[in-house]
Amino acid sequence: MALMLSLAITLITILFGGMLIWKHAWLPPAISTIAGPIDHQFTLTFIVCGLLFATAQVTVAYLVWSQRSKPQSERHHALHGSHTLEGTSILVATVLLVALSATSYQTWTRVHWTGPAPGALRIEVWGEQFAWYFRYPGPDDRFGPVHFNLMSDSTGNYLGLDRQRDPASRDDIVTATLGVPVDHPIELILRSKDVIHCFFVPELRLKQDLVPGMEIPIHFTATRTGRYEIVCGRLCGLGHYNMHATLAVMTEPQFKAWLLRMAAEQ
Amino acid sequence: MAPQVPGHRFLQPQFLRDTARKYVFSSNHKVIGVQYYLLGLFAVGGGVMESLLMRVHLAWPRLPMPWLSTLSPIGAPGGIMTPEIYLALLTMHGTLMVFFVATTVPQAAFGSYFLPLQIGSREMAFPRLNMVAFWLTVLSLALLLSTVFTAGGPPTSGWTASPPMSALGSIAGPGEGMGQTLWLVSIGIFSIASLLVATNFIATTLKSRTRGMSLMRLPLTVWAWFITAILMAFAFTVLLIATALLLMDHIGGYSFFLPANLVVSGVLQRYSGGSPLLWDHLFWFFRHPEVYIAIVPGIGLTSHLLSVFCRKPVFGYHAVLYATAAIGLFGLVVQDHPMLTKGTNSFPALGLSVVAMAVVIPLVVVIFSWLATLWGGAIRLTAAMLFSLSFVTVFSTASVSCIFLAQTPLGLYLRGTYFMVAHLHLMMGLAAIFAIFAGTYFWFPKVTGRLLNETLARIHFGFTFVGCYCIFLPMYFFGLSGLPDCYATIKGVPTLAALQPWNVFITGAALATAAVQPLFLFNLGRSLLKGARSPQNPWEGTTLEWTIPSPPPAANFPGDPPIIYRYPYEYGAGSGTRDYIMQHELKAPSAPSKAAFC
Ligand SMILES: [Cu+2]
Repeated sequence: MALMLSLAITLITILFGGMLIWKHAWLPPAISTIAGPIDHQFTLTFIVCGLLFATAQVTVAYLVWSQRSKPQSERHHALHGSHTLEGTSILVATVLLVALSATSYQTWTRVHWTGPAPGALRIEVWGEQFAWYFRYPGPDDRFGPVHFNLMSDSTGNYLGLDRQRDPASRDDIVTATLGVPVDHPIELILRSKDVIHCFFVPELRLKQDLVPGMEIPIHFTATRTGRYEIVCGRLCGLGHYNMHATLAVMTEPQFKAWLLRMAAEQ
Repeated sequence: MAPQVPGHRFLQPQFLRDTARKYVFSSNHKVIGVQYYLLGLFAVGGGVMESLLMRVHLAWPRLPMPWLSTLSPIGAPGGIMTPEIYLALLTMHGTLMVFFVATTVPQAAFGSYFLPLQIGSREMAFPRLNMVAFWLTVLSLALLLSTVFTAGGPPTSGWTASPPMSALGSIAGPGEGMGQTLWLVSIGIFSIASLLVATNFIATTLKSRTRGMSLMRLPLTVWAWFITAILMAFAFTVLLIATALLLMDHIGGYSFFLPANLVVSGVLQRYSGGSPLLWDHLFWFFRHPEVYIAIVPGIGLTSHLLSVFCRKPVFGYHAVLYATAAIGLFGLVVQDHPMLTKGTNSFPALGLSVVAMAVVIPLVVVIFSWLATLWGGAIRLTAAMLFSLSFVTVFSTASVSCIFLAQTPLGLYLRGTYFMVAHLHLMMGLAAIFAIFAGTYFWFPKVTGRLLNETLARIHFGFTFVGCYCIFLPMYFFGLSGLPDCYATIKGVPTLAALQPWNVFITGAALATAAVQPLFLFNLGRSLLKGARSPQNPWEGTTLEWTIPSPPPAANFPGDPPIIYRYPYEYGAGSGTRDYIMQHELKAPSAPSKAAFC
């Protein structure tokens, strides 16, 4: 039994370690400027955690196997263990954790303590049960006011705009796909109509809740063109699993053409 | 003389009254401990069934389960599980497991039974309060289960019940009407019951100890129950208030958690002035300590059992004790961390990240103490020991994943994904359940006077240990891939659908692991009826429960409760044939000298 248990623990450790090393098969491709530092921090954490994990598991496996039926007479020297070894191990673990905290904090400030770059394109992101809508301010660079009593999915006025009365609303463009130009700073303003949703694009390494009653700004710059999934990261009701939209990262000319096409459809 | 009514002896009113007082509405801590255990067993059965249904649906979303449509004709046309049913199962699974298993069994069941025994008391400090707490828990469970029979079924907002979803009523989705109301009342009552348990445990530990049982002579199990009770007192007070406020929003039209201008399903709602963030702030005062409420009794039990089955004192009794207290203390403080996903000021990120990381250090201290206890020990691989060892490995894995979640930039990515699912299941689920198994295999002989079958127990252990790792390790990698939790199917999102083969693998492992569990129940039942008689102290333990007959007499201790002379882990210290000294023994018992027999 001791041998089997030790083998099982070792095997689990090797498999888990193998899966960790193979991590690039797991983390999706990185397509934003903030993804680099975050992935770097992931790698550091994988190393430290992998070490701690393997040490703990392999030690259990080894001890169980080696001590399995030791006669009593042989172990009196071991009754009180080694405080030096114990202290050193805890100290090493603590130092590793403090170091990790420091680099993590650095990453955090690099990623989240900066405002959007000047000239960022502002886009409003709206979540509702169970769809996403995106609003571009149009040529006047201003969002028209939102009238909650006019919001209606059946008439197609998803965001409650009054294009007759509000001049700022006239050129607003509402889409179901989030189109953005590549290598251009983007500022998103997250809003929700009903319950809490969560804007999550794994490839951007970007996640933020949409809280009704709040306008939450986030920003990013996409570095690679392509189509990616925006998923809802927080349980919002029965259609939660199906609440997704497309993030289309395009070249500048492609984006301009796309936006014109969208404007014509309003 | 009681009035005699014609009929069988078992139907006599006097007999029924006596039986009810002895086994049903009893204020005896041992009866209540067993009652809590059986309640937990029932809840875990239900919770596992629900998770299996979810797993089958995740692996094979189009598989018809015809009997499902007889159970719920509206929700399952043709027996295909709908997202509503999936979320209802998710809520019920989470609620049963978190509240009625992980909170109830390690603390209320084991603690009610063994806390008085281990400290040399005849009863809990407040026996009637103990009984009231148990029956409130039963009421709470009954209310929770009754949601199944409401028109919309159980709530679909998960066990964290976040508003606005949980506050808006049936407009927010099926189960959000009557189902959510009942859920809130149920959890409110559970909170009251837990506060009574906490009060009782704290008072008993402080006031009912026998002579000589100073605080530093308490077994680590007792310390763990005490620390957990303090955590419960804080956490459940906040939860009680939060559920009361949410209930007022839900049925009274208040707006604690609801802001103005909500448009739900195209209808403008008449609320104003509240914020859903308030719930998150309140709920996290419960949600994070709850992880430690589930796990701290297991930490104590593991330290205790490793010492017994290594025949060595706990390595660093004081270190483990203070580390456990630190885990509890940090557990209360960390609460705000996940707020960062909600765009509130980024500055607290530093402080919270530091605290979240600081929790890992006492975890490391505890783990190293276990390793040091194992080192050089004469390990006895009983079933209880095997489950304690599996607790060590699962707990270590979960502690390592804490390091990911504690770092804000990584935690932000991983929170709300399957990484969190894996982490929580290892920490509160598996570790708590492995501790329950270990406790059962360890204390069953004391409670029933009979030994469990060790061969069956080992088979049960082997499959459970490997199976559980197969279920939960892949989920860490699901999380890294960015798969959000609570998805009824992952086939809706093309980039995530590639993970589907792993879903089938996990479901297979879950079915196999679940299939072994009847072995455990069979072992309990069979041993109860015809297991070998257990000696008074089958594991050669040192604590007070082993000084009395098995099963323990009604008053626990035949004479006066014993006087305590020593610390609880004097293993390897005896002389002659015995390698341990019990807590109530003044001197090491000397071996019968050979000369006496000549
Ligand atoms: Cu959503």
